[in-house]
Amino acid sequence: MYDKIFPPKKIVLASGSVVKEKRSRTPIILVLVIVGLILSFRFTNFDFQQLMSRWYEFFVIIGDMIPPKWEYFPSLWQPLLDTIKMSILGSFLGAVVAVPVAFLASTNIIKAKIITMITKVFLSILRTMPTLVSALIATFIFGLGTLAGTVAIFLFTLAYVGKLLYEQIENASMEAFEAMESIGMNKLQAFRYAIFPQILPNYLSTSLFCFEGNVRYAAILGYVGAGGIGLLLNEGLGWRDYASVGMILLMLAITVFLIETISEHFRKKLT
Amino acid sequence: MNLVEKQLYHAPRNNRYILLISAVLVVLFAWSITAVNIENLEQSGMSIAGSILKGIISPDLDLLLATGTQGVAYLLVETIAIAFLGTIIGSILAIPLAFFSASNVVPKPVAFITRLLLIFIRTVPALVYGLMFIRVTGPGPFAGVLTIAVISIGMLAKLYVDAIEDLDTSIFESMTSIGCTTFEKIRYGIIPQLFSVFLSIMIYRFDMNLREASILGLVGAGGIGAPLIFAMNAYRWNEVGSILIGLVVLILIVELTSNKIRTKLVRG
Repeated sequence: MYDKIFPPKKIVLASGSVVKEKRSRTPIILVLVIVGLILSFRFTNFDFQQLMSRWYEFFVIIGDMIPPKWEYFPSLWQPLLDTIKMSILGSFLGAVVAVPVAFLASTNIIKAKIITMITKVFLSILRTMPTLVSALIATFIFGLGTLAGTVAIFLFTLAYVGKLLYEQIENASMEAFEAMESIGMNKLQAFRYAIFPQILPNYLSTSLFCFEGNVRYAAILGYVGAGGIGLLLNEGLGWRDYASVGMILLMLAITVFLIETISEHFRKKLT
Repeated sequence: MNLVEKQLYHAPRNNRYILLISAVLVVLFAWSITAVNIENLEQSGMSIAGSILKGIISPDLDLLLATGTQGVAYLLVETIAIAFLGTIIGSILAIPLAFFSASNVVPKPVAFITRLLLIFIRTVPALVYGLMFIRVTGPGPFAGVLTIAVISIGMLAKLYVDAIEDLDTSIFESMTSIGCTTFEKIRYGIIPQLFSVFLSIMIYRFDMNLREASILGLVGAGGIGAPLIFAMNAYRWNEVGSILIGLVVLILIVELTSNKIRTKLVRG
């Protein structure tokens, strides 16, 4: 299409043969990006002058957070643990359930196209739902509290790990699988002994990575009433008690840093 | 004992290690179950779930197809605009930070301090940034743009750093030997190596930012989030349904196209 509007440059070589050089697509992409930028500026009421004259307001809240309210620490302990528990439980269950779902979604194992299609669409829809929205829906169904948060994390983990897992299964080498099927094993047995060992390290590493992110997500789930430290965050922000918010964020940063360090250690070992 | 058995027994056994890890996992799992309180489980949960499903299956078509500023289409465009602008600003801001935390560009202590700063930037939840920026700009999509820009910095810089640390430095030596200036070295030695990787990272982050932008409405920072939350809190499930359908379709389309562009970028 593009080559028809802007015909490629023809170069005649010394030997008489004609070589075509396609025109660069950079200008049209640049124009599209600039148009997109201008439209976005208008849609979002972007105002550079306002930003220049009021940027210091951003640091007012940060200023209020320092120093953090250290006395707040004892009452933070329990919700912080709740947040970690929510993310462990949700990630664990999600990662376990992801295995059979990914099994059903892999085209090289399940031959019925309809099953793989339905499972894949299901996973995609789950994945596109923002965690906060699914948590909000979960609070309506399961009531306020940690259960709703766990369900939201479970769904997200299932979708994320499930997608990466079925991609790995589809890329796994099938020779051993076929050999095992040919000597009379059924699909599940062949999957267990031929495919599963291939994907196991990657599966564990993905699950750990997902868990890392989930701790961070779990921290804000309380904002919609799904339990954990977000509840206190919401309260602190609502009362404009920024010193407490600073303490919460500090604790959160330390926790996330520790969990990331531990899980990175194990992920390096796995690969 | 034949050869096969010998090989089998030769394989390293780390049963104890695996057992230990499994035990730790089981303990953690048991410990985490205590967080779930089932007392709060309301009896009406099932009926609410039913009405949510019904609402999603029979969406509010007037809202879904409306063209005014209240319609789903306009809200989605606003969300895209927030994510797009935020990603561009964030990815520009992340470039200097990435160079300052790449250990092959700056001395180790500087890199370490910048990394700590990035971890802090990444840990603060998006909603908190949203509230901070609302102080600057007042509620509205502008605050959303700034929020998205700041929350993307952390991840973008982290991924940029990986690309920068993988730079092929032997090119610089050969460029020095033929007498290139520093500017020429950057233009012809660094930019071609990094540009496509950075672009691919930016597109990936845009994908994620679209999801982030859709929840920023919760604190009043524009986008489709606010109407979604209002509709949910008012139990108007068919409006929720139409907004969710619009959101899911949009995110799926963006994801498909961005995946295509990224594979093209990576393969050249």
